[in-house]
Amino acid sequence: MVDEAELEASILAEVGAADTEAALDAVRVGALGKKGSVSTLMATLGRMSPDERKARGAALNLLKDRVSAALAERRDVVMARAMAARLAAETLDVSLPVRDAPVLAGRLHPISQVTDEITAIFADMGFAIAEGPDVETDFYNFTALNFPVGHPAREMHDTFFFEPKPDGERRLLRTHTSPVQVRTMLAQKPPIRVVCPGRTYRCDSDQTHTPMFHQVEGLVIDKRANLANLKWVLEEFCRAFFEVDSVKMRFRPSFFPFTEPSMEVDIQCARRGDEIRFGEGEDWLEILGCGMVHANVLRHCGIDPDEYQGFAWGMGIDRIAMLKYGMPDLRPFFDADVRWLNHYGFRPLDMPTLAGGLTG
Amino acid sequence: MKFTLSWLKDHLDAEASLADIADALTRVGLEVEGVEDPAERLRGFTVARIVEATQHPNADRLRVCSVDTGAGAPVQVVCGAPNARAGLVTVFSAPGTYIPGKDMTIASGVIRGVESNGMLCSASELGLSEEHDGILELPGDAPVGRPYGAFAGMDDPVVDVALTPNRPDAAGVHGIARDLAALGLGRLKDEPVPAVEGRFPQPVAVALDFAAGDEALCPVFALRLVRGVRNGSSPEWMRRRLAAIGLRPINALVDITNYMTFDRGRPLHVFDAAKVQGGIVVRRARDGETLAALNGRSYALDPSTVVIADAHGVESIAGIMGGEASGCDEATTDVLIESALWDPTNIAQSGRRLSLSSDARYRFERGVDPAFALPGLDLATRLVLDICGGEPSDVTLAGTVPKPDHRIDFPLSEVHRLTGLDLPPSDMQRILEKLGFELVGHPDNADRIVARVPSWRPDVHGKADLVEEIVRIAGLDRVESQPLPREPGVPRPVLTLLQKRTRLAKRVLAGEGLLEAVTWSFVSDEQAALFGGGKPELRLANPIAADLSAMRPSLLPGLLAGAGRNAARGAGDVALFEVGQVFLGDGEGDQRIAAAGLRRGTAKAPGAGRHWTGAAGPVGVFDAKADALALIAALGVNPAGVQAVPGGPEWLHPGRSLTFRMGPKAAIGWCGEVHPEVLRALDVAGPVAVFEIVLDALPAPKARPTKARPKLVLSDLQPVERDFAFLVDRKTAASDLASAAQGADRALVAAVSVFDVYEGKGVPEGQKSVALAVTLQPKDRTLAEADLDAVSRKIVDAVARKVGATLRSDPSGTAAAADAAPKAG
Repeated sequence: MVDEAELEASILAEVGAADTEAALDAVRVGALGKKGSVSTLMATLGRMSPDERKARGAALNLLKDRVSAALAERRDVVMARAMAARLAAETLDVSLPVRDAPVLAGRLHPISQVTDEITAIFADMGFAIAEGPDVETDFYNFTALNFPVGHPAREMHDTFFFEPKPDGERRLLRTHTSPVQVRTMLAQKPPIRVVCPGRTYRCDSDQTHTPMFHQVEGLVIDKRANLANLKWVLEEFCRAFFEVDSVKMRFRPSFFPFTEPSMEVDIQCARRGDEIRFGEGEDWLEILGCGMVHANVLRHCGIDPDEYQGFAWGMGIDRIAMLKYGMPDLRPFFDADVRWLNHYGFRPLDMPTLAGGLTG
Repeated sequence: MKFTLSWLKDHLDAEASLADIADALTRVGLEVEGVEDPAERLRGFTVARIVEATQHPNADRLRVCSVDTGAGAPVQVVCGAPNARAGLVTVFSAPGTYIPGKDMTIASGVIRGVESNGMLCSASELGLSEEHDGILELPGDAPVGRPYGAFAGMDDPVVDVALTPNRPDAAGVHGIARDLAALGLGRLKDEPVPAVEGRFPQPVAVALDFAAGDEALCPVFALRLVRGVRNGSSPEWMRRRLAAIGLRPINALVDITNYMTFDRGRPLHVFDAAKVQGGIVVRRARDGETLAALNGRSYALDPSTVVIADAHGVESIAGIMGGEASGCDEATTDVLIESALWDPTNIAQSGRRLSLSSDARYRFERGVDPAFALPGLDLATRLVLDICGGEPSDVTLAGTVPKPDHRIDFPLSEVHRLTGLDLPPSDMQRILEKLGFELVGHPDNADRIVARVPSWRPDVHGKADLVEEIVRIAGLDRVESQPLPREPGVPRPVLTLLQKRTRLAKRVLAGEGLLEAVTWSFVSDEQAALFGGGKPELRLANPIAADLSAMRPSLLPGLLAGAGRNAARGAGDVALFEVGQVFLGDGEGDQRIAAAGLRRGTAKAPGAGRHWTGAAGPVGVFDAKADALALIAALGVNPAGVQAVPGGPEWLHPGRSLTFRMGPKAAIGWCGEVHPEVLRALDVAGPVAVFEIVLDALPAPKARPTKARPKLVLSDLQPVERDFAFLVDRKTAASDLASAAQGADRALVAAVSVFDVYEGKGVPEGQKSVALAVTLQPKDRTLAEADLDAVSRKIVDAVARKVGATLRSDPSGTAAAADAAPKAG
């Protein structure tokens, strides 16, 4: 006759000693399996008298329940330990670096970003974007713009020319984007509202000049557009572009062949070391030239200056990019130096919008 | 244009301060570039007298001076100057004074045991000269205590204004004063110049010798002789003014012409009459003639330049610079004074061709007042008589003084029309009159006036010019900004398809990890030729540098050069792109927008160089292909419609390049590894993989009536994937196998991908194994084994028929399917 108490103690000891799921399962089979020690005892019940069976049966069932409970409890412990061990074994050095996502590595050039900013502002004011060829004719670049014969800008000293054609005509690289204004006026009836961003070229190369640079010009032609409107457009643009609450601007009389009256415009700013802040301070910084479109230019474009009028302005995209984003020098703009591009460039998804703010 | 404050006040009766004047100048369009007040620099220096000078007890070279500074008791100063002696009147600076010559501020101190309360100064310490001979020695009667700047006449501020080319009248102090007077800053002193009575006939003959039609080169030439002059130094006041604006005083006669140039914007020339042989002829220069000019340099002349000649030959380059031979010096006793007019364009061109700048050229090329030619000569004569003495001749006049009479019919309402500014008519008329315009009203129209343009304003042509005159004086700041009326409603889109694609291309390529470069539109002739360009009509006649001489036919040479520069700086793994113009010819329609990218070294999309997860390999054609196809798709072009044809332009590796085409039309772009010969020619080390897509060549998306997408039809049935491995000739394109499989059963085959390519052991020589994964999408019922067998047979048959490939697992080609083709080899 097996001592039940002894058997229970022995099984429970085995349960407690089982360290793995498999060992625990072996204990379960040894105790509760078909030929297990407890099952074997249970099998003896059939040979017993009903009374004896009743008493023994209840005791054996209790024993079976206690063993089952111990197995289940132990199983939780063993499983938890196994999971902990697995997790420990699977642990990685998560300090290891990952590769940058391409969208983090790529950059837009500041000229592209600033051009998109300019576009966002002027599109909102109802301006279209006009473009034209870089290789131009004397008519579009000079004559139509009221440059007199013999004007210094028409000399090889200032302007890039190609070799003369057999008929004597010399193509040139546009010195401003104003030819696009002429082309727009010749192609389209007023009212006209366009801005013309693009590459421009002059024979100039030193610390602050490059033979190629970028300009954006604007043109408004209708029956009423006047100097007061021009002031408003430029003030609104500068306020929006430099992302300040207000800007103070100073219009000075100046001279350009293609506008009359002509003005240069200064913007008020504060300089602190290398930093320039707009909307505050006492310094003036020249930022653009503008004026009412010259009657001769309108006539060259087939527009009656007594019926229509309008204004135009021009500024350097590279220059306003430098003023806003603090690049000290112009020359590296065109050097493709990856250190410069990484530092001054813009992430591809930094898209300037008026709704979200130009710089987000 | 520089002038001093006292000089301005010769022409302007005004009490205004220097600051007010400077501010006013900028406001009327005479932009002040700088104001230099020498009194500022000499602040704190006063005239003082050394009362007593004794030997310093502890230093041989030092003296202890007792100095009368004019303020209270004498001050003790230790001084090292050898000329410090009792009785000397010199310059004293009290402690706290900034010493410009030493860039320091003087403080009280003890020098070798003796107290010193200030400093006695030399000219070099004041920043006035380089002299170190000792402290300044002033006249004995110099007033002790007076600021030295005032005593020395160095308290006259110098104003520098930047003139726009349309304002020749402001190239003289008088014209500047006129603008300020019009602004209300004072009264213009505009007394007429009294004529000088000639005492004897001018003896030198003058001839204008021009061919018919050339007369405008010199409309008028006036000459006067003054005999019996003494040409010493000019007076102190004139020398100071000239020196203040940066002109070196030379002698009285020369100084007078320089003075007239700046005072009145009237350049003149003086010849020593004794050195002029025979009569004077004004004419075009002759080939081979030269002139040793007053600047010490010699100029070779040709007939495009006008000269003043005598029996010797050329004596002066008209309107630009005189010659050394006939110049005036201290020995001059008889002087010929010339006042002439020249053609502005001819002067500008001559000056540029000769690279010869002068104050005379500056004025003549802008347009000198013709009406002042004779008064200017009289004024100069008066100065000569006053300063040098002598006796004036009559004036010989060749040609005639032009009398411009330009009248503008001007409605005063133009001012409001163009500027939005409302001004009382009387204000507008007063401004014009103060600027010298003569006005006549219209009897029956109060708005209309006729304005006669003054002779000194060649820049004023039409109504808008008068508007400018009025608003610049009235004040541009009085024009209040007014909103430009907006179109009602939400702004419409404004960008063209090409503009949108240009913008998007940049963000797509940056999103692929490339950095946007902006490179020159011009490259070297060699680079242009290497990339299919180099047409003569796209070569600059005057490039700024030899390597920037040809308009670029492609963005790639600029990017390759950029990659080379980065590699030279140690950044070898670079990924760059540019979106910009390329030039196929010099016609209006010959410019295209291209998007090009470059990867060098190991700059692959997932990242360059070594990494613990595995090092990036060298870039190749497939990196460029991935970039290009991503761009094409992102720009809204269905990649399925793009054929990628092996081979590309000659600057790419012939076996590692491909050309993208859409239909039978021209290529839309290409990609590949750069040809090794091209890399060698550009001196850039490989590997470099590039692509270039011409954005203009991409087709526009089809216009649709709505923005709705086609209906999405989803199957409830699971797709099934089957793998096939084929053996095929190694030159056969894998894409041909894939399209054969794709076409085998258009209803069932949803996708085909190439998942393995292998050559080598186990594959016959000259062949390769290509493994395809085919996705089958059942439409109406789950595929039974028999269905799968049938479609598999179709695929194998189609691939065998189209490209001659055999199923690898069964060389006979009869088996229906290979359920899986594990990575071969």
